[in-house]
Amino acid sequence: MPQSAEKIIDHMDLFRQPEYVDLLARKRAEFENKHPDAEIERVAEWTKTEEYQEKNFAREALVVNPAKACQPLGAVFASQGFADTMSFVHGSQGCVAYYRTHLARHFKEPNSAVSSSMTEDAAVFGGLNNMIDGLANTYALYKPKMIVVSTTCMAEVIGDDLHSFIGNSKKKGSVPEDFPVPFAHTPAFVGSHVVGYDNMIKGILNYFWNAEGVTRTETSSINLIPGFDGYSVGNIREIKRLFGLMGVEDYTIISDTSEVYDTPTDGQYRMYAGGTTIEETKEALNAKATISMQQYCTTQTLAYAEEKGQEVFNFNYPLGIQGTDEFLMRVSALTGKLIPEEIKKERGRLVDAIGDSHAHIHGKRFAVYGDPDFCLGMSRFLMELGAEPVHILSTGGTKKWAKQVQKLLDGSPFGKSGTPYGGKDLWHLRSLLFTNPVDYLIGNSYGKFLERDTKTPLIRLTYPIFDRHHHHRFPTWGYQGALTVLVKLLDKILDDMDVRTNIIGETDYSFDLVR
Amino acid sequence: MSKALRQIAFYGKGGIGKSTTSQNTLAALAELGQRILIVGCDPKADSTRLILHAKAQNTVLHLAAEAGSVEDLELEDVLKVGYRDIKCTESGGPEPGVGCAGRGVITAINFLEENGAYEDVDYVSYDVLGDVVCGGFAMPIRENKAQEIYIVMSGEMMALYAANNISRGILKYANSGGVRLGGLICNERQTDRELDLADAMAKRLGSKLIHFVPRANIVQHAELRRMTVIEYAPESEQAEEYRQLARKIHANSGQGVIPTPITMDELEEMLMDFGIMKTEEQQLAELAAKEAKLAVNA
Repeated sequence: MPQSAEKIIDHMDLFRQPEYVDLLARKRAEFENKHPDAEIERVAEWTKTEEYQEKNFAREALVVNPAKACQPLGAVFASQGFADTMSFVHGSQGCVAYYRTHLARHFKEPNSAVSSSMTEDAAVFGGLNNMIDGLANTYALYKPKMIVVSTTCMAEVIGDDLHSFIGNSKKKGSVPEDFPVPFAHTPAFVGSHVVGYDNMIKGILNYFWNAEGVTRTETSSINLIPGFDGYSVGNIREIKRLFGLMGVEDYTIISDTSEVYDTPTDGQYRMYAGGTTIEETKEALNAKATISMQQYCTTQTLAYAEEKGQEVFNFNYPLGIQGTDEFLMRVSALTGKLIPEEIKKERGRLVDAIGDSHAHIHGKRFAVYGDPDFCLGMSRFLMELGAEPVHILSTGGTKKWAKQVQKLLDGSPFGKSGTPYGGKDLWHLRSLLFTNPVDYLIGNSYGKFLERDTKTPLIRLTYPIFDRHHHHRFPTWGYQGALTVLVKLLDKILDDMDVRTNIIGETDYSFDLVR
Repeated sequence: MSKALRQIAFYGKGGIGKSTTSQNTLAALAELGQRILIVGCDPKADSTRLILHAKAQNTVLHLAAEAGSVEDLELEDVLKVGYRDIKCTESGGPEPGVGCAGRGVITAINFLEENGAYEDVDYVSYDVLGDVVCGGFAMPIRENKAQEIYIVMSGEMMALYAANNISRGILKYANSGGVRLGGLICNERQTDRELDLADAMAKRLGSKLIHFVPRANIVQHAELRRMTVIEYAPESEQAEEYRQLARKIHANSGQGVIPTPITMDELEEMLMDFGIMKTEEQQLAELAAKEAKLAVNA
């Protein structure tokens, strides 16, 4: 065998050694009962046609590679942005393992969440005992200051009622009577992670803001809710930096995940790090206004904040010049703090960079997919750059979202060839990329399969990014963030040009040193 | 909203006449000028038939299944208006033998709440199938839903079992929340000492018998015409009975109690006291007498 202890060959090379090539070929021939190559080729070609696309879009009962995740994932993400808080999911263990890995693989950090470990008997008799034991164990073992409860499908189907279960658990002494246990019902088969985020944030705020004897006394402070964001580490830090430059001090970030998803390796394990404290969360009721960076992540939460008497403002993943302008001017108007020269310079540098590179990006066609707000923010920035968003697809996108995208497209000459696709999945997008090709694809790691099939180069700019490292540590918001995004777009475009011009004597007439 | 929304629910054994009783009572409440929303929580979807004068209306879940998901529904698709502007919805549910009707109830009630069905009404009334068999059917007794539960029952043994069971369900939620047992409504079946028994049962549950509805054929006549008695024969004595019941329920706000359900043994003992159930000795003695009689005849 080619493998030896002296020189371990990685599997990528190992399986290309003659022994393995032969073995795999025999396995295919003798056991796999494969269709003839010509037939496979014929069907593969057929899936690229208009005819297939028509059938694909007429699909009713099947979803293939949805660009969304389930509610509890969003709820776990939201709760981990609170200080010393353990996220407790009422339901089966496997679900929670999924949220943890899904977050750990993206952020490259350990991820703490517990489950009530419901099994067959809990499905029959209800999960009350699991809640009682689970809360007691969580409290004793992990010593959190708050336990935040969400639910999986199983608990939702059998109709476990969190309000009464948590109440009963407290009566049984699982946790002290005054220990905060906010909750939200997050059925995984309804909505998406974005909705779960919304429900959870509202659940937490409601727990503190609707507590007995609590009244609101308005202050000059503002709240900011970042929303579900794979770049939360970089983006929240960027917001804090911008606020620092502006002299905005009186603010609360509701669900701040910038520390817990980026802990240093210094010999100390941090199960909890940073995050919004209970005191800050309580105090946030008194803020004069709440800003949401992602409208679709906070539909219910903002309605609730407004009901409490706060002014509320929505953004759609403000990315790029106009998005950042609007955001900073809103903050400035709310706080009375001026936008300092330093930030203005950053803006100028971004405009300068865009100008320097416009020849390469102008008129390029893009497909964008991801969460509803990301699609809006990203498309807007592309149009600022003179690029054309062509397919804008969000599996979690509603009809209202599609209208909002259309309005955005209608506002720019670069939006003319664009179409929003709400509720569609990545298999729909595959058809679109064949019948109406674009130059580049913007999405997450799941897009690499589309890249392989359609040869459309993929730019990874949204959650989850499993197969590239550390991007989330850099911001995409603010003028600096927009610059990072611009560089990522340009790197891909210029790399792609090199690849397409590097055949000696054939295409290398434009294999240029200077681009 | 000028005054607090009153939410009530009707529970009881299947076939006891829950839907008939609730619709007649709600029609009488509407006469009193109350604005009412009925939320039918029974896959059979017959909780609004007498108000709408129609066979089962299109249910939330049926329409959601057609549209693809609940999120694609509009409130006006599922909300119908019937007699005296009573608003009617039915949660609906799966065919017998498949799926999960309890989840259907949860989905439908969440949809109605989120889409503002509870605005501009004085009463929300839930009509719930049979027994509290799973978490889904307990949805109406969760926090911030029904404040009082009315159990429709009769002097029959199984109806009393069911009433006790439902009280156990209420008790589970009452300790941590605001739900209370409003009282029992006895639908006369003309069993022995029915009124006394119903009264005794109510007392054992720590509650009261709200009303004893006498049996009257006019109810069936009205039902055949898909109407409540209130509408079909407003001058009849039976209509007056329902009006009384409606007034009692209206006056019963905040009077509910945490029920004290009894054990199976206690329940059986009580039934024996009333002669509904016989002791083993009695049964054996009767059997012996029967056999002796047969032997003599032979």
